[in-house]
Amino acid sequence: MKPVIQLEAIRKVYQSGEVDVHAVQGVTLDIQPGEFVAIMGSSGSGKSTLMNMIGCLDRPTSGHYRLDGIDVSTLDRDALADIRNEKIGFVFQGFNLLSRTTALENVEMPMLYHHGRLSAREHQERATRSLELVGLAARADHHPNQLSGGQQQRVAIARALVNQPSLLLADEPTGNLDSQTSIEIMGVFQKLNDQGITIIMVTHELDIARYTKRMVILRDGKVITDQPVLDRLYADDELLELRQAQQAVKLA
Amino acid sequence: MRTLLTMLGMIIGVGAVIASVSITNGAKSQVEAQIAALGENMLLVFPGSFSSSGARLGWGNWHSLQLDDALAIQDELPGVVAVSPENSTRVQVIAGNQNWNTHIQGESPEYLQIRQWSLAEGEMFDNTQVRTAAKVCVIGKTVADQLFLDQDPLGQMIRVGDVPCQIIGLLTSKGLSPLGQDQDDVVIVPFTTELKRIDREDWLDVILVQAVSQAAMPIVQQEITSLLIQRHNLKADGSRDFVVRSQQDIAQAATTTASVMGVLLAGVAAVSLVVGGIGIMNIMLVSVTERTREIGIRMAVGARGGDILIQFLIEAVTLSLIGGAIGIVGGIGVSKLVASLTHWPTLTPVVWIVIASLSSGLIGIISGFYPAWKASKLDPIEALRYE
Repeated sequence: MKPVIQLEAIRKVYQSGEVDVHAVQGVTLDIQPGEFVAIMGSSGSGKSTLMNMIGCLDRPTSGHYRLDGIDVSTLDRDALADIRNEKIGFVFQGFNLLSRTTALENVEMPMLYHHGRLSAREHQERATRSLELVGLAARADHHPNQLSGGQQQRVAIARALVNQPSLLLADEPTGNLDSQTSIEIMGVFQKLNDQGITIIMVTHELDIARYTKRMVILRDGKVITDQPVLDRLYADDELLELRQAQQAVKLA
Repeated sequence: MRTLLTMLGMIIGVGAVIASVSITNGAKSQVEAQIAALGENMLLVFPGSFSSSGARLGWGNWHSLQLDDALAIQDELPGVVAVSPENSTRVQVIAGNQNWNTHIQGESPEYLQIRQWSLAEGEMFDNTQVRTAAKVCVIGKTVADQLFLDQDPLGQMIRVGDVPCQIIGLLTSKGLSPLGQDQDDVVIVPFTTELKRIDREDWLDVILVQAVSQAAMPIVQQEITSLLIQRHNLKADGSRDFVVRSQQDIAQAATTTASVMGVLLAGVAAVSLVVGGIGIMNIMLVSVTERTREIGIRMAVGARGGDILIQFLIEAVTLSLIGGAIGIVGGIGVSKLVASLTHWPTLTPVVWIVIASLSSGLIGIISGFYPAWKASKLDPIEALRYE
C-alpha cells in the first residue's frame, strides 16, 4: 500500500540571531493509511516543528515530504492552505474553537474555504454528520463556553473530520483535560481509527501514547525509537475499570 | 459599543455632508424660485454711470433713460413681447385716518404679465387709463393691510402724496424679494400718472422688458444695446450710459453665495470623513491583533491569505456602510430639524445620497485594506501560538 506520509531526510533550521538552531535533523519516516501514531519527545526535541511540517503549516529547509503522493515541500502559501483544507484535519491542545459561533458553525468553518463550494444546506448536513461521529449532535447549537472541555475537544475533532481528510493531526489533544475525559477522547480517536482514519498525535504522556498503535520518539531532532505499541490500552476497557473503581469508592 | 464609537466618525462625516448639502441646496432652490418669481424671460435696462465734469456717478444716478427709449424698444424690436417703463418714488399714502410710507411705481398695464404677478381682486389699469394718466392704482397686500385693516380696499380712495387715486385692483402676495425686500409693500399706478402727477420727472429708473422666449434673451439683450447706443448717439465700443441685465445675471450673483457656503461645508465634511476613515482603520488594526488566534485557526483549516483579506475587508466595509447609512438618516434628520427651526427650506438630492453611500463604502475599502492585508500575511504557526 502507498504510504500517506513519506518523510525523506527532513531538516529544519531556524536562524535566530547568529546561531542556527537545528530543530529537526534528518527525519525519515513512512506512515501507512490506517495507522495510529504517537510522536513523543521532551520539549525541544523537535516534535512540534516536525508536526508543523507534517501539518503543512511550515516547510522543511531540506528533504522531501510527500503527502498522498504529492511533494508538498515546494508548494507556496496558497497551495499549502488548500492542502491543509482538503487533506489534513487539526486537533489542538487548546481546542481553538471560535467562541462567538455555535458548535455547528465551528464545524462548518473549514468548508467555507473548500473549493467546489457546497450549498449552505449541504454544509449543515455534513457538519451534523461529523458531530454525530463524535457523539455530540445534540449540542450542535451550543456555544463553546456552554460546553465542557471534553465536549469542546469533540467539536474540534468533528471540525477536523468535516472535509474528510486523509490525515488527522492531533497536537497534545488531552493536554488540557482531566484523566477520565482524556480516556474518553482517546476512545473517540480509537473508534475513528477503527473506521480507517489515519491519526498522528503528538504527546509527552506515555499513558496516552499507549492508546495508539505505533510510537515514534524524538530527541534532539532525530528519531531514536520507532516501534509498535505492545501493551496497547483500549479506552472502553479502561473506562469500565475506572467506573468500577469509582463505584467501589462510593460503596465503601 | 466599540463598534458604535468606530462608526461615529463615519456617522458624523456623512451626516455633515448630507445636512450641509440639503441646507445649501434648499437655500439655492429658494433663491432660484425667488429669482424666477421676478419675472419670466425678463431683461432689465438700467440707466448707466456717467462722468459729469470729472466726477463719475454710479449706476442709476444719471437720468439717461427716457420714456421714448422704452417706447422704441417696444415698437422696434421683434423679440420683445412687453415693456414696462418704470419710475418709482417713496411717498406718504393716506386713507381715512391711516397713513403709510410706501413705494410708488409707475408701470405699464403689461407689468403684471412681465412679473408673473396676478391680482387677488379687481383689475389692472388699461392703456386708455395710461393715455389719460388716470388717477387709479393697484395696491400690494402689505399696503392694503396697513391702510385698511379689515376693510375691503377695492373702490376706496387713497391719497398718494397730494394725488387722490381710486383703488381698482388688489395684488396677490409675493413675499420677500431675493434681497429681502417686501415686494407687497407697493402701490402701482400708470407710468404716465407717476411721471406727470406724482413725481413730475421725465426720466425712467428702469425699463422692464419681456423677451419672447428664454432662447431669444441674448439676442434681445444685444438688440436693446444696439438700439440704445444708436438712440443715445454713443460710440459702439465707447462708454455707455445704460446697462442691460437679464434675470440670470442676478440669479447667478445670488446663488454664488449659497455655492460658496456649500463648498465650505463640503470641505468640513470631507475632513470629518477622513477622520472617520482613520477611526475605522484604527479599530480594524486593533481587531486584527485581538483576533490573531482566530486568524491562525482559520488559516490552519485551510483559509488562504486572500480569504482572510476579504473577510476583514468586508467587515470594514460593512462597518463604514452602516455608519454611512446612519449618517444619511441623521443628516436628513438634522436638515429637517434646521428647516423646522429656521424655516429655511431644505432639499436632499438623491444623487448626494448615492454619493454618500458610495464614498462611505470606498472609505471602508481604503481604511480596511491595510489591516486586512496585515492579517492575511500572518504566519499561521505564530498566529496559533498567540495568546
